[in-house]
Amino acid sequence: MTTAPADVAPAGIGATARITAVPDGLGGTRLPVLESDGPLALRRTRGTGAYARVTVVGAMSAPLGGDRLAVEAGVRDGAALAVDSAAATVALPGRGGRHARYDVRLTAGADARLRWLPEPLISARGSDLRMITRVELAASARLVLREEQILGRYGEEPGTLTTRLTVHRAGRPLLDQELSYGPGAPGGWDGGAVLGGHRATGQLLVVNPDFELNPPETTLLGDNAVLAPLAGPAVLVTAVAADALQLRRVLDRALRTFG
Amino acid sequence: MHLDHSHDSAMAVSADAARPDGTKRALRIGLGGPVGSGKTATVAALCRALREELSIAVVTNDIYTREDAEFLLRNAVLPPERIQAVETGACPHTAIRDDISANLEAVEDLEDAVGPLDLILVESGGDNLTATFSKGLVDAQVFVIDVAGGDDIPRKGGPGVTTADLLVVNKTDLAPYVGSDLGRMARDAKAQRGELPVAFTSLTAENGVKPVADWVRTQLAAWSA
Amino acid sequence: MDTSTPDPAAPGAARTALLVLADGRFPAGGHAHSGGAEAAVKAGRIRDATDLAAFCRGRLHTTGLTSAALAAAAAAGVDALALDEAADARTPSPALRATARKLGRQLMRAARATWPCDALDALAAARPRGAHQPVVLGVTARAAGLGPEDAAHCVAYETVGGPATAVVRLLGLDPFEATAVLARLAPELDQVARRAAGAAHRALAEGTGTLPAASAPLLDITAEAHAAWPVRLFAS
Repeated sequence: MTTAPADVAPAGIGATARITAVPDGLGGTRLPVLESDGPLALRRTRGTGAYARVTVVGAMSAPLGGDRLAVEAGVRDGAALAVDSAAATVALPGRGGRHARYDVRLTAGADARLRWLPEPLISARGSDLRMITRVELAASARLVLREEQILGRYGEEPGTLTTRLTVHRAGRPLLDQELSYGPGAPGGWDGGAVLGGHRATGQLLVVNPDFELNPPETTLLGDNAVLAPLAGPAVLVTAVAADALQLRRVLDRALRTFG
Repeated sequence: MHLDHSHDSAMAVSADAARPDGTKRALRIGLGGPVGSGKTATVAALCRALREELSIAVVTNDIYTREDAEFLLRNAVLPPERIQAVETGACPHTAIRDDISANLEAVEDLEDAVGPLDLILVESGGDNLTATFSKGLVDAQVFVIDVAGGDDIPRKGGPGVTTADLLVVNKTDLAPYVGSDLGRMARDAKAQRGELPVAFTSLTAENGVKPVADWVRTQLAAWSA
Repeated sequence: MDTSTPDPAAPGAARTALLVLADGRFPAGGHAHSGGAEAAVKAGRIRDATDLAAFCRGRLHTTGLTSAALAAAAAAGVDALALDEAADARTPSPALRATARKLGRQLMRAARATWPCDALDALAAARPRGAHQPVVLGVTARAAGLGPEDAAHCVAYETVGGPATAVVRLLGLDPFEATAVLARLAPELDQVARRAAGAAHRALAEGTGTLPAASAPLLDITAEAHAAWPVRLFAS
């Protein structure tokens, strides 16, 4: 994990990194657009099969108060893209107490495949981050998406973290979920209805048109996680855990089955 | 309750005698009474006695979900698709009297799923002597008590004993062992109920449920008329 | 029986309608649902009034806000079927979707008997197995001459009232303590209702995507486990 120093300009930075994936005509995928920006450095890394793989290196760890970061990834019809990151993203406080914003905008066209599997987002003490992920899928697109929120570094009080994940499929809403934790969140976030004292929470979303005919059944993954079908051809794993390691263990189990 | 407003789609309101498609719905009979008096055993015996001549389904209202439904399933008195359990949030009398919406869903779901039906038995969770069924849910109700619960229950009265369309005094075979006076129970019931009928049953006897089954047939004849 | 439609212009008519609709005795099935409290009690997450307050507060600001905004939007006249779809997307738990539709159908029955109108008939016909309960509640509120904030208040109150009543039954918690928990939440209930109503007005212009989607991971997780319990007191 890398962290940026907290004494940057109070205004914060604005940066948008862009990826476009298209079929290469040979059964694989090429990346005509691969634009790093500011702290968001993208590297093409070794993929598997038809997938082009992009790793966000180091820089994903720097939303400071006042920053406005964005990543846009477009997977065109028939292409396959996998995106991961080299380290956890750590939300840190900036000067002036302003919140940071992190936008992720993903699109996948007909028969496109997108795997979005970044390392966890860690909400450090005093930070305030709003993360918004919007996904637009064609009806035949496939998606595997993981989000993990860790409240505070080891033994630390969490910052304020609000994440919203909105997924549309064929123009219709499939999943819309907002999570809000920490001192700036509305009350009760640590009570028995929301987190119940857990400090790690995460989701794994798998959208697969094949589920239309064969929807997976609801499966309990221990006491603190469940895999459940959504109202469309998708399953969502929802988990809470004591820490990042236990959370990843549960999500990986589901990823091996459905990913 | 019959509102002027038309409710021709999706569902009927409470006690409407017709289903949304205009056909007559099944007769609904409620069975209530204290814990352990033999409600579920009576329902099981009624199903066995009547299932050859009538199309029957059962709704149970357990205190704990599904216990009574599972008793009926284990004893195979009806196929599983004809038995539906309603959860009552620890208040079984609320589900049959004050807020009957879940039970109405259940009876309508059964008619949709396995209908046409002649008879739906709605069994309440074991409750106290004051629990009665709403007229919005059932057309007639049976109150089941037993001799072992004390031969003074008919004298004490209460809405169930006094107003039920049929009072069943069950476990008459136990009367000598628990010191209950059947004659006294019959006299007290008469005093409380006037002309309303009382049936004495021993479900352990061959065809012991016959008095209740005959009463159900009479109700059904009147309903179908 | 008088079946004339209530006159919303009559002084106090709407306020009384709000009391009728928000009354825990309104026969729409709520009494058999604990709002996740039964599972939380079993897991040891609710043991006393303090835990109950934290549970209710968390539920209020998550699914409470989301549901209140759906109801407010329906009361404001946003298309009920679009809201029903938005509710599906905001309810990842299949057990909670089933519960919401079941309660929606039960409320629909009570609403059509109480405030008969074409909008309720149309929604019942379009969703014969039940629309999401907050959507039905919003359409009902509109039929009863109530506004978006009234509908939001109703849902917000139900969000905390259900668990509080259930915990009284499950733990034998002092009912005065449980009621005090609700009373202390009143300012936050008002705030959630106002926020929901504001979101509803925005949804009228910008669509259902702008409505809140606040959710609670533990409620989603434990709802599935609870639905699989062989023995339970509450339906959800």
